Amino acid sequence: MSNSQPYVALMGNPNSGKTAIFNLLTGLNQKVSNYPGITVEQRLGTADLSEGKTTQILDLPGTYSLTPESLDEKIVASQVVEWMQGKNKPAAIISVVDAANLSRNLYLTTQLLDLNIPVILALNMMDRVKKRKQEIDLENLKSMLGVTAVIPMSAKQHWGIEALQESLREVSAKNSHSSKTPLQLYIPEKIENILEPISKFFEEYIAYPPNLAKTQALRIITRKSALEVYEPHLSPSRIEQLIALRDEAVEHIDASAVNHRILEARLRYELIDRELQSYHLEKVENPHIESRSEKVDKILTHRIWGPLIFIGLLYGIFQSIFTWASLPMDWIDLGIGLVGDAVITAMPPGIFRDLIVEGVVAGVGSILIFLPQILILMFFMTLLEDSGYMARVAFMMDAVMSKVGLHGKSVLPLMSGYACAIPGIMATRTIDNWKERLITILILPLMSCSARLPVYTLMIGAFIPQKTIGGIFNLQGIIMVCMYFLGTITALIIAAVISRFIENRGKSSFVMELPPYRIPLATSLFRQLFIRGKLFVVNAGKIIMAISIVLWFLASFPKMEDQSSLHIQDSYAGKIGQFIEPAIAPLGFDWKIGIGLITSFAAREVVVSTLATLYNVENEGDDVLGITQALKRDIDPVSGKPRYTPLVALSIMVFYVYAAQCMATFAIVRNETNSWKWPLFMMIYMTALAYFGSLLVYQGGQIMGLS
Amino acid sequence: MSEIALTAVQPGETVRVNAFTASLELQSRLVEMGILPGVNIRLIKSAPFKGPVELKIRGYHVSLRWNDAQHILVTGK
Repeated sequence: MSNSQPYVALMGNPNSGKTAIFNLLTGLNQKVSNYPGITVEQRLGTADLSEGKTTQILDLPGTYSLTPESLDEKIVASQVVEWMQGKNKPAAIISVVDAANLSRNLYLTTQLLDLNIPVILALNMMDRVKKRKQEIDLENLKSMLGVTAVIPMSAKQHWGIEALQESLREVSAKNSHSSKTPLQLYIPEKIENILEPISKFFEEYIAYPPNLAKTQALRIITRKSALEVYEPHLSPSRIEQLIALRDEAVEHIDASAVNHRILEARLRYELIDRELQSYHLEKVENPHIESRSEKVDKILTHRIWGPLIFIGLLYGIFQSIFTWASLPMDWIDLGIGLVGDAVITAMPPGIFRDLIVEGVVAGVGSILIFLPQILILMFFMTLLEDSGYMARVAFMMDAVMSKVGLHGKSVLPLMSGYACAIPGIMATRTIDNWKERLITILILPLMSCSARLPVYTLMIGAFIPQKTIGGIFNLQGIIMVCMYFLGTITALIIAAVISRFIENRGKSSFVMELPPYRIPLATSLFRQLFIRGKLFVVNAGKIIMAISIVLWFLASFPKMEDQSSLHIQDSYAGKIGQFIEPAIAPLGFDWKIGIGLITSFAAREVVVSTLATLYNVENEGDDVLGITQALKRDIDPVSGKPRYTPLVALSIMVFYVYAAQCMATFAIVRNETNSWKWPLFMMIYMTALAYFGSLLVYQGGQIMGLS
Repeated sequence: MSEIALTAVQPGETVRVNAFTASLELQSRLVEMGILPGVNIRLIKSAPFKGPVELKIRGYHVSLRWNDAQHILVTGK
């Protein structure tokens, strides 16, 4: 946040229902953007407080503490360090707390109380507390913490939000003052003395008030990473001084037989547990009573039933992607066609009209066509994530996935790759660890997506004989399945290899909360879908449009006088195809396939229409049948033999399994990794795989005497 | 009671956290989530093939990788 408008910060643990509250407060008045340099979403929204008042709400990533270990936490910690120095300070902080899980959630709250910013405690999920027939004494909690207000609420059941709005109104009118001072951390004298040089440093050079100086000293002793967030705020020599002070203090603390690495947490939990007890807020829970989630988990994460149910669910999801998406995809296709026709009738013929129709409209169409699949998949992913099931999938699959450097949560995005890499790559956002997420993104395009299907279908239909093997298996079917296997196995091998070379940003950890199962909030679900969909169309759309225009230019120029459909071979794209022929000849490809390879950079399935154009197949009627005949009839003028053999077909298919040929994927990888480095790396390694894979198949096949 | 690694605990048992071995990188994260020496935890289940273990602590459920759980030393109750 760089503007100086007054705002309120929304903070809380993951799974505390923070996002649901943000959505309830702001509706669709939100702006989602990425933090500079990384892909953690920053959400800023305007909340309607009724009575004609509004306030800006900044939704910070969910964290368990202010220690900057993971990417999310670094964002939060750096932001908080700015506040502590009086920069961009929010008018108040809403600390969202899961009421059914008080002590752990209050850990972050007690850290926020140190900041001298009014804190409103949003006691969420009160419905669960009530269901368990428990009660929380709100007055006691309020006086224990010394917060501005304690608002009991349930975002799920939509109640309590008015009280929160009212409390925000009061805060923004600046007429609410907490009568009590906020709960302060008790630091034993012995430790306080050791901390003193550091607290003095903070008081002197950053002008912290004494209490804040003490707790900050404690934090940098506990975690060295907490010191790094000071780097933008102090000169290098001061930082060195601070590091020296820290090292000295750590030595003293360890000498007194105290583990400095757990010091802050120990003191805070001692405080929280003691205070909760003295205010009679601690709930005594019988550990032997099974919760509903535990009962459900007996089946859903069962050693045998668990994975089987998961596979069944996956099957259901993909089935629905293919069946539900096909109709809206047809509509979009039709709509794009109509828009194209409208432009054709509205504009005079010429290069500019061609650019609009074949470049812009077709380019935008090539991205919109993915939207139904993306939305359907995103819908299921959000559903599984919000219900708590995704965490269970990660739990079940982690043993296998971590062996190749991936995370249990990589499974679903990778599986989505069978439909389309783009929603899969977007779904990797649920993986917290940067390295595991990056590897998942990098290997995801190797999962055979639905755009490869037309290529496989064409080649198998035309050149793989319909034979039955072993009585029951169809050779064509086996080859198809092999293509899917080839991509998947290679993906896992590549993951294992590159995980050795990618440096980890932030520690890899699998301390994953398994939240209780809950029914997701429909409004929240659809809002997220809408925002994600918009983000995809706008961001990827820009890049795709640019590439489409370049490709259109290559395929359309130089312009021939005679407007025959054959002119593509004289275009720049055609010239490039002929130019690269010597390079691709060892794979069994001629220049026509070469042009196909170039045009399918836009999207793989384009190769079918390119070949159709090259063979001058009538576009009306059944494309695939026409082109199948044309391919079979193509004779090599030198040898007099058919140009396409089953071996060439196999080589083409292997090439399409591996090749990086989807500009929408690059656009999205560029977005998700915030650099061109990774899409470029992806393109290079996939092209190398494709080339050498096909080379091996074609040359190896010839040596073995196949044709 | 003698001190054992958390991975040696049977599902359904409740134990008390004693200490972490020094090589556990995760300890700062664990303590922030309330898994501190002196706290009771219940082992709910462990995933097959040395997969993660599921724990119940302070009324919530959390899972850790087997390799990390190995570094948490506990005593039975």
